[in-house]
Amino acid sequence: MTLRKILTVFGLSAFGLLFCYPLLWLVGASFKPNQEVLSTIGLFPSEFVWDAYARGWKGVGKTSFGTFFANTFLLVVPVAALTALSSTIVAYGFARFRFPLKGLLFTLMISTLMLPDAVIMIPRYILFKNFHWLNTYLPFYVPALLAANAFFIFLLVQFLRGIPRDLDEAAVIDGCNSFGILVRVLAPLMVPAIISTCLFQFIWTWNEFFNALIYINSVTKFPVSLGLRLVLDTEGAVNWNQIMAMSVVTIIPCVVIFFMAQKYFVEGVSTTGLKG
Amino acid sequence: MSTRLDHRRQPAAAPVRRKKRKGQAIGLAYISPWLIGFLVLTLFPFVASLVYSFTDYNMVGSFHFVGLANYVEMFTNDPTFAQSLKVTLLYVLMAVPAKLAIALLVAMALNIKMKGIGFYRTIYYLPSILGGSIAVSVLWRFLFMKEGLVNSMLSSLSISPINWLGDPKLALFTISLLPVWEFGSSMVLFLAGLKQVPQELYEAAKVDGAARIRTFFHITLPLLTPIVLFNLIMQTINAFQQFTAAFVITDGGPMKSTYLYGLMLYDNSFQFFKMGYASAQSWILFVIILLFTLVLFKTSNRWAHYEDGGDGK
Repeated sequence: MTLRKILTVFGLSAFGLLFCYPLLWLVGASFKPNQEVLSTIGLFPSEFVWDAYARGWKGVGKTSFGTFFANTFLLVVPVAALTALSSTIVAYGFARFRFPLKGLLFTLMISTLMLPDAVIMIPRYILFKNFHWLNTYLPFYVPALLAANAFFIFLLVQFLRGIPRDLDEAAVIDGCNSFGILVRVLAPLMVPAIISTCLFQFIWTWNEFFNALIYINSVTKFPVSLGLRLVLDTEGAVNWNQIMAMSVVTIIPCVVIFFMAQKYFVEGVSTTGLKG
Repeated sequence: MSTRLDHRRQPAAAPVRRKKRKGQAIGLAYISPWLIGFLVLTLFPFVASLVYSFTDYNMVGSFHFVGLANYVEMFTNDPTFAQSLKVTLLYVLMAVPAKLAIALLVAMALNIKMKGIGFYRTIYYLPSILGGSIAVSVLWRFLFMKEGLVNSMLSSLSISPINWLGDPKLALFTISLLPVWEFGSSMVLFLAGLKQVPQELYEAAKVDGAARIRTFFHITLPLLTPIVLFNLIMQTINAFQQFTAAFVITDGGPMKSTYLYGLMLYDNSFQFFKMGYASAQSWILFVIILLFTLVLFKTSNRWAHYEDGGDGK
């Protein structure tokens, strides 16, 4: 038994190292002299070169990564907050109230999880174009405000099902109206699920590439994903270590958040997936 | 507890009923953000997409209904469509089963009681957090380019370098390794499922002298089939629409060998602005995914086992 455990640990470590090696190598490469980036498989550079970060940060033309980062936060923070807000309210409606066609609407909501985005992307684009929302962040804010991602509603509904209704009833007796119950009784208990929602939406929007590509077209409004792609196009086969450095910079916030809050991600995934 | 419930039952029946009817409107009010969003951002585009697919809409000027012309064009006169469909099916067939197999294997290895096992879970989950990010696609390009890390590793084992991304026969395979690397979220689902398998079943099998392989195929796998089904459907839908990796790493090349469906849709709609034609293509994708999902669901009661006989509500 103990031998098996040792073997398991050994196997898990070797496999884990293999899987993380590309990420570690990326970090290492960003400190290597440019010509060494591709020629060495080691993690550590022969001599540490720090200027890839400073030079890469300058970005393209007049737009630095400072702008790309500011744009990304301007995009991601409201989207995450609006998603959490709207999804909590909608989930409360589905989990705690009866209304006509509830079953049908719930089924429709769940089936949007399986609806390929490709089918609705063109009319959505044309719709947003007619609203004059292109090259603004509204194509991201408005769907978030309207709880367009059913994954989060579903996650929160599943979580609410685990909270006893006795609590709601006690609050009614204490004179709480339905919104009061949500704000004062349920929302505090839903904090872990709401945090999961914020974190997932934060990271997904941070990594968002396709929608940014079609909706945002001026470089000064680019989020980091588009900025990095632009750098790749312009620097291409010249300054590899700068591209590596900026790749590291764009994933650092996600990695930090993930390590700080990894239990919320794992809980979020297991809550929704299991009962789906 | 019981006094509180008794207290609640005391008011006369009439006000309670009125409250219920009021409650119905309230429920609708709470879900109204989603409802509005669903009607405007999902249902309307869904119907509009079907309508566009029968037109020659191209974003400028008026457009005409052309009947089935887009669909006929696609299947009879567009080698790019045929190529893209073929490449995408291959990609799905390579990436999805490999991803689920690895996810399940790792989940089983992680399903032991041990100090520090959470650390491993975190490490294996990390790549899928970054999944789809442009930085990871950039990284993949550097790993597999001719002078890249993978070839350097091979040459240190004195294996001659492989043209991972430049060879039309290999490029698609190389790209499909990326989603496999991001197996974390599927793994978490499997892990959660494994934790719910009753230990008595394993003990009983042990008493009966069943080998580990037999235990896996007769206990573990059957009990995990609902999760396999869920993962299979969600991962397939995602894989069919893959865009970022192919766009950044190879841009569809070489010789259109990685020209995934998502790339073709992007080109036709947002590069050439053939919105009508691209809508028709997106509907073909929708029908393929729908058929796939329906077949899985219909056959799943033959192979997926639900202990509680339903959706677990």
